[in-house]
Amino acid sequence: MSNFMPMLYAFWDSDITYSFRKSRVAVISALVLLAIFLTAIFAPSLAPQDPFNIAELDLFDSELPPAWVEGGSAAYLLGTDTQARDVLSSIMYGMRISLLVGFASVILAAVMGVALGLLGGFLGGIVDAVLMRIADVLLSFPPILVALLINGVLRSALPSSAQAESALIVLILSIGLTNWVQYARTVRGSTMVERRKEYIEAARTLGTGKLAIMIKHILPNVLGPVLVIATINLGMAVLTEATLSFLGVGMPPTQPSLGTLIQIGNEFLFSGIWWVVVFPAAVLAILVLAVNLLGDWLRDALNPKLR
Amino acid sequence: MFAFLIRRIIQAALVMLVVASIAFLMFRFLGDPISNLLPEDATVQDRAEMREKLGLNDPVLVQYGRFIADAAQGDFGQSYRNNRPVSDLLAERFPATAELVLVAAGLALALGVPLGIYTALNPRGWLSQGLQVISLLGISVPTFVTGILLILVFSVTLGLLPSFGRGTVVDLGWWTTGFLTPSGLKALILPAIMLALFQMTLIMRLVRAEMLEVLRADYIKFAKARGIPNRMLHFKYALKNTLIPVMTIFGLQLGGLIAFAIITETVFQWPGMGFLFIQAVNFTDVPVMAAYLVLVSFIFVVINTLVDLLYNVADPRLRAERTPAHGV
Repeated sequence: MSNFMPMLYAFWDSDITYSFRKSRVAVISALVLLAIFLTAIFAPSLAPQDPFNIAELDLFDSELPPAWVEGGSAAYLLGTDTQARDVLSSIMYGMRISLLVGFASVILAAVMGVALGLLGGFLGGIVDAVLMRIADVLLSFPPILVALLINGVLRSALPSSAQAESALIVLILSIGLTNWVQYARTVRGSTMVERRKEYIEAARTLGTGKLAIMIKHILPNVLGPVLVIATINLGMAVLTEATLSFLGVGMPPTQPSLGTLIQIGNEFLFSGIWWVVVFPAAVLAILVLAVNLLGDWLRDALNPKLR
Repeated sequence: MFAFLIRRIIQAALVMLVVASIAFLMFRFLGDPISNLLPEDATVQDRAEMREKLGLNDPVLVQYGRFIADAAQGDFGQSYRNNRPVSDLLAERFPATAELVLVAAGLALALGVPLGIYTALNPRGWLSQGLQVISLLGISVPTFVTGILLILVFSVTLGLLPSFGRGTVVDLGWWTTGFLTPSGLKALILPAIMLALFQMTLIMRLVRAEMLEVLRADYIKFAKARGIPNRMLHFKYALKNTLIPVMTIFGLQLGGLIAFAIITETVFQWPGMGFLFIQAVNFTDVPVMAAYLVLVSFIFVVINTLVDLLYNVADPRLRAERTPAHGV
C-alpha cells in the first residue's frame, strides 16, 4: 500500500494521461464508451424488460412509439417493436452481443497477427515469405468481402441445424481471420528491427532459446503499436459484425446484435415504425464514432513524431 | 518500363492462380454437389453416374486442372439453388452492378475533388469545418444505415424516389440498361448516393491532405514569388501533383466499390451480382460463391495492374528510380 499512491501519481502525471486530460474529444469518447460498456455488461439488471422472456411480452403493447411521441407509453422509453419487445432493452442486450463479437474477434486477430508477425520477422526466410504473400493477397481485397467469404465457407462446413447456435463463433472467426494482417505486418516490421539489437545478441549468447527470446525479449518491445491497431480495429470489427448481421449472415433474430436489430427494423420501415430501426442505428454509430475518435487520439498520443 | 509491365502481369497471374485454387478448394470440400444437383429420390446408381459425369472420381490434380481450364473459359458449372449455369446468372446481373458502380464512382469523384480543393484552399471557412465533421461522421456511420436513412427520408416520408429495384430497364440484347428510362434513372439515384458517400468523403479528405502538402512545397513558393496569379498557381501547378495519388487511391477504391455494392444492393434489392452473392452465401450455393470470387478478383487484379502502370506513366520520378534497379 505504501507505494501505491506514488504509483498512481506517476500514472496521473505521465505523458499519456496528460495528453488525455488535455484532449476534450478523447475524454468525452472515453466516457461515452465507458457508459456503453457498463450498460452492456449490466444489461440484465439495467434493462426494463427481458426481451427474450416471452412471459414478459404483452402483445397489446406492440408497435408503441417512443415515450415522448403521441401514443407512447412511459414504460417503453424508446417504443416497442412488432412483437412488443422494448426497443431500449433490445438495444442493451444487442450491444452485449455486438461488443462480445467485437472484442473476441479483435483478440483473435491480435493474438494471431502478433504470433505470425513475430515468427515471420524473427525467423525470416521461407516462413516469412509465405506469410507475407498471404498477407498481400488478403490486403488486396476489401475486408468485408474476405469476411463474407470466410463466413460463407464456415457456415457451409456446418450442418444447417447447428448454424444458429454457432453464429457467434462463426462471426468471431470470420472477422478475426480477416483482420490479423495489419498486426502481423506491424509486428514483423518492428521485430526485424529489434532482432538485430545488442540485447538480443546477448540473450542468444547466454543460450536462450529462439521461442524464449521471441516471447520474453522481443514481444514486450513490439506491443506498443498493437494497442493502437487494436483500438481502431474494435470499431471496424463492430461495424463488420453489424454489416454481416444486417446482410442476414450474422447473428440470428433469436439472439440479435445491433446489426440484426437494424435488419429486423428495416423490414418494417414502410409501416412507419421508424423507431425500431433508427435507435439501434444511432447507438451503433455513436459506439463506432467514439471508438474511432479514441483510436485517433491514441495514435497521435503514442506517436512521438507528432508531439 | 517493359520489364516492369511483365513483372506486374506475372504477379497478377499468380494472385489469380491463388484465388482460383481457393475457389477449387471450396468446390471440392464444401457441400456435396451430388445431393445438391440431384432430386431427393435419386438412386445409388444415379449418384454414381452423376459422380462419373462430374468427374469427381478422377485424381484431385486432374480435377484441379479441369477446373482451372473451365474457369478460364468462364464455365463454373450449375448453380445449386436455381439449376442454371452460373455464368448465365452472373452475365445477367453484371450490367446492374456495373451501372451502379460507375455512377457512384463518377459521383464520388465529381463531388469529392472540388470539395477537397475547396477545404484545402479555405481551411478556416465554416463550410470546410462543417465538411470535416461530416466526413468524420461519414466514416463512422455504417453504409447500410445511411441507405436506410435515405429510404426513410426520400421514399417513406417524402415519397419522392423508389426504394427498391432498378425500375424499367431497356434490354440491348447483351446488356440491360436503366439509363434510358425515367424510372430507371430515378431508381438509380438513392443507391448511387449511398454507395458514393463513403468514397466521396475519402476522396475529399485525401485531396485536402495532398493539396495542403503540395501547397507547402518549394516550387509553389517560388511560383508565388514570381507573381504568378493564385488561380493559376492552385489549379495549374498544385492540382496536377495533387491528383496523382488521388488517381491511385481512386483506382483501388473502384474495386472496393464493387465489394461495397453487396451492401447497397441488399439494402435496395438491386438485382446485381452482389445481391446474387449474398443469396448464394445464405444458401451455401458454392458454385455461385466461387464464381463471384473469381470474377471480382479478376476485376480487382486488372484494375490494380492498370493503376500501377498509369502511376508509372504519370509520375516520372518512379520511372527514374526503377530503371537502374530492374533494367539490368
